[in-house]
Amino acid sequence: MAATVDTKPTRRSAGRRLADLLHGHRRAQVGLLLAGPLGWLVIAYLGSLAVLFVAAFWQLDDFSGQIVHSYSLANFETLWEGQVYREIVLRTVGVAAAVTVTDAILAFPIAFYMAKVATPRARAALTVAVLMPLWASYLVKVYAWRTILNEDGILNWALGPFGLKGPGYGIVATWLVFSYLWLPYMVLPIYAGLERIPNSLLDASGDLGGKPGTTFRRVVLPMAFPAVAAGSIFTFSLTLGDYITPQLVSSKQFIGNVVYANVGVANNLPLAAAFATVPVVVMVVYLLVARRLGAFEQL
Amino acid sequence: MHLSRGTRWALRAGTALTLAFLYAPLIVIAIYAFNDRRTATWPPPGFTLDWFDKAFHNQGVRDALWTSVQAGIGATLIALALGTLAAFAVARYRFFGREAVSFLVILPIALPGIVTGMAMNSTFTQVLGVDLTLFTIIVGHATFCIVVVYNNVVARLRRTSASFEEASADLGAHTWQTFWFVTFPQLRSALVAGALLAFALSFDEVIVTTFTAGDRETLPIWILSNLSRPNQLPVVNVVGVVVILLSIIPVYVAQRITSDPVTSPGAVAAGPPP
Repeated sequence: MAATVDTKPTRRSAGRRLADLLHGHRRAQVGLLLAGPLGWLVIAYLGSLAVLFVAAFWQLDDFSGQIVHSYSLANFETLWEGQVYREIVLRTVGVAAAVTVTDAILAFPIAFYMAKVATPRARAALTVAVLMPLWASYLVKVYAWRTILNEDGILNWALGPFGLKGPGYGIVATWLVFSYLWLPYMVLPIYAGLERIPNSLLDASGDLGGKPGTTFRRVVLPMAFPAVAAGSIFTFSLTLGDYITPQLVSSKQFIGNVVYANVGVANNLPLAAAFATVPVVVMVVYLLVARRLGAFEQL
Repeated sequence: MHLSRGTRWALRAGTALTLAFLYAPLIVIAIYAFNDRRTATWPPPGFTLDWFDKAFHNQGVRDALWTSVQAGIGATLIALALGTLAAFAVARYRFFGREAVSFLVILPIALPGIVTGMAMNSTFTQVLGVDLTLFTIIVGHATFCIVVVYNNVVARLRRTSASFEEASADLGAHTWQTFWFVTFPQLRSALVAGALLAFALSFDEVIVTTFTAGDRETLPIWILSNLSRPNQLPVVNVVGVVVILLSIIPVYVAQRITSDPVTSPGAVAAGPPP
């Protein structure tokens, strides 16, 4: 009798036994926590990226239209020698740069107003007001611009009385729409960067005789520059990889369009994979430069 | 800070202009949803609610909506589980490669969508040989949704101290009791916000989806494939407005229920990948 009382099992669930087992074993705890997420990201994601990279060295058999898993640099040669591809890369990078500059100019006044002029209440409201369009459906926003830029659209209707006409569909339209799409990505880091500049510095510049323009050029701009670089990572990278906007508001080819067409219509995955390395390389170089400019501290 | 009156007014004007620029297209599309013609001439000659009815009874739209909802829920659940686990590891432990973990979580959203999409596409079709179905859509979406849950939970864990959990253990609670009664209540709103953002992100995504969807259509894909059909445009307008609302409302709610600044790109690219 007594024996059974003694060993009266406090029956413990598997979960509790596991918890007891792990108690004090910090390494095992981290291992268990990370097993799922890392397993997923390494296998499903990094694995896929590796496959993509390898695929860039495969070939498409011209006759059968099948992908041949043999390795050569032929795809990269095709891209390097093709005048068309070089033009497309230049066009894409050029528009990405133009978009970045445009967004920086558009973002500065509102970011400065939010950081230095607005009351805390207005500041919170403005932050939400800038964030919401960022999350509104990307596709619908591009589509809205397609409607606006349309021959019978609102832009021509508004400009008509002045004898002007909108840009219509084309390279200018892609620049405009990209600038629109990525603008919030520029506003928010610049706002955060400007907020970190102490007001006393600006006042000191004024007290020492600096005109507002001088203060802006010699104090605000240099201090806010890393934040601009941080925002430019988004405006630049997002433009490089996009193919839907060029497709919807222009007939020009961007890197993304060529990649997409080769995956889908031409079924030439190897060439697409090779071309997709271009934006990745450009971005890696861009990130290295941005890091030197101190952009990462502003993210 | 002292600014001249002129500068102040110039800043106000610049702010108003930028805001107008940000909202004008959204307003235009909302107005077109009530346009009583099939053509998109401006100004719309008359207004009607018919297209909402047509969109509601459109089988293609309904199927696409259902696919989007399933994909969103699936991706959100996976992202919640994986994002929370990774967040606990990074915020509560120190270990070799911790920086690499946060980098890896962010990578799917930092690289262009076309790269992520193509990478997944080649793995599914060339290596694994699986058909592109709802399942592959969910795998793709979950991969880039992990980051928003992760960001929310990490931000919350950094603000709450581990000493509550230690106190709970000292008072005799076992691990699961501590998690359930101490840790979880502190995390709840961050998890809800993360889930809402993940859902909004998935619901809206188009580029990765074009590579992983096969012949399944999510709502954005339905829009994309119907843009070129002029007689479908009024329905596209309505669906567009609905999609905007369904992606903005969760973000607004998420913003309200948590004070962690995680919906800003400042919190490492938490914006939606296009």
